[in-house]
Amino acid sequence: MKVGVLAVQGDFAEHIAVLKRLGVDTAEVRLPRDLEGVEALIMPGGESTTISYLMDLYDLKGPIKEMAGMGVPIWGTCAGMIMMARELTDKEPTPMGLMDILVTRNAFGRQIDSFEADLEIKNLGHEAFRAVFIRAPVIFDVGQGVDVLAHLPDGKPVAVQQRNLLATAFHPELSPDTRLHQYFLNLK
Amino acid sequence: MADTGTWRGKAGLAQMLKGGVIMDVVNAEQAQIAAEAGAVSVMALERVPADIRAMGGGARMADPTKILEIMSAVSIPVMAKCRIGHFVEAQVLEAMGVDYVDESEVLTPADESHHVWKHNFKVPFVCGCRDLGEALRRVAEGAAMIRTKGEAGTGDVFEAVRHKRAVMDAIRRLQNMADDELPTAAKEWGVDMELLIETSNQGRLPVVNFAAGGVASPADAALMMLLRADGVFVGSGIFKSGDPAKRAKAIVQAVTDYNDHKIIAEVSRDLGEPMVGIGVSTLRAEELLAPRGNL
Repeated sequence: MKVGVLAVQGDFAEHIAVLKRLGVDTAEVRLPRDLEGVEALIMPGGESTTISYLMDLYDLKGPIKEMAGMGVPIWGTCAGMIMMARELTDKEPTPMGLMDILVTRNAFGRQIDSFEADLEIKNLGHEAFRAVFIRAPVIFDVGQGVDVLAHLPDGKPVAVQQRNLLATAFHPELSPDTRLHQYFLNLK
Repeated sequence: MADTGTWRGKAGLAQMLKGGVIMDVVNAEQAQIAAEAGAVSVMALERVPADIRAMGGGARMADPTKILEIMSAVSIPVMAKCRIGHFVEAQVLEAMGVDYVDESEVLTPADESHHVWKHNFKVPFVCGCRDLGEALRRVAEGAAMIRTKGEAGTGDVFEAVRHKRAVMDAIRRLQNMADDELPTAAKEWGVDMELLIETSNQGRLPVVNFAAGGVASPADAALMMLLRADGVFVGSGIFKSGDPAKRAKAIVQAVTDYNDHKIIAEVSRDLGEPMVGIGVSTLRAEELLAPRGNL
């Protein structure tokens, strides 16, 4: 199985390192031709405005939307989740509308408000997942058919799934815990 | 329980900036141009290094009004500089909600023998280095990101290359050392053994390492990426050039596609006048910024 990682900007190398530890073939995706043979795709953390700008520049959004419609597993972490949203409460960037979620960027404040928290994640057992939130977005509203896998103590959803699509407001690629990556690989 | 100001969160923000360009800006308008061109972050300043150099005299933290103006203009993270060792300027920047503090040799150092003890802060710090020892001493003090210094405000990439090569060369030498050679290296560089071993195992600095100081063209930026920088800072190179928006976009693309020479050729076309540079070799020793804070 070959997993593509969007590599226009952000912490794609961290995702690739986790995937390699799990014994998976990986491909860095910068141009549409890099999507060839990719059976699942991760959109990493980074700056969503930069990533969106570069995805437009290289015409990546169309082909990825098509893949999502064909049932290819796609997972967005933080900036990646912002890109997957149906709608943002912010003016920019323009999301791709892959998942029926309404998202707000930098929902917790500035960098000094970035935090780590223990989450219980549905389908991953009872052991807490140490989640790293960095200038993180939050999901304000989910549509029908979107399954909330984890939320913060105040009820805000931070991990959601809609069929083949997965989105997390935090960065599993920065934790030593590989359960979410394994969960994603099993969506195939 | 939610924990703020953790090391993973501080070092993690720098990881999110990788493969990106951080641009010096002096007002809201420049910040918006930078953000629209795809900058991952902006450095809020009163004057870019080329102007600090031209004006002479001492340089301090920017006026908070200036920094707040820039913070409210863009949604990307905003960095700001404090003087080396000036922990009160750092506290002020933290209180204002700046996303990253650059303890920078571009400003006039406040302390000849101490840097800020950065572990006490929730805001992360980036610090400059000219070689591996300097980088790891800063990491030991709590720097969550390192930039090789280069020579700011010159538009001459010579020193940026030298410092990045010095770091990588030292890491390769470190990896070839026998165990009994490590204590001597640790002593020589003023670095803890554990940090040396971690660096050797990773084959890179244990935190994100951007290049800085003299990057002025897309080819300069790609050069630094191929020397294994994680991203680049561009100071005077953008807003001291003829067409800042176009040059900014071109440098952003060169950092993403540093291996694709056709793309670099394409984006390098018709960029207008570059900044008027100064050859580093023409500067007198007391005019160099990089040796500052080499503690």
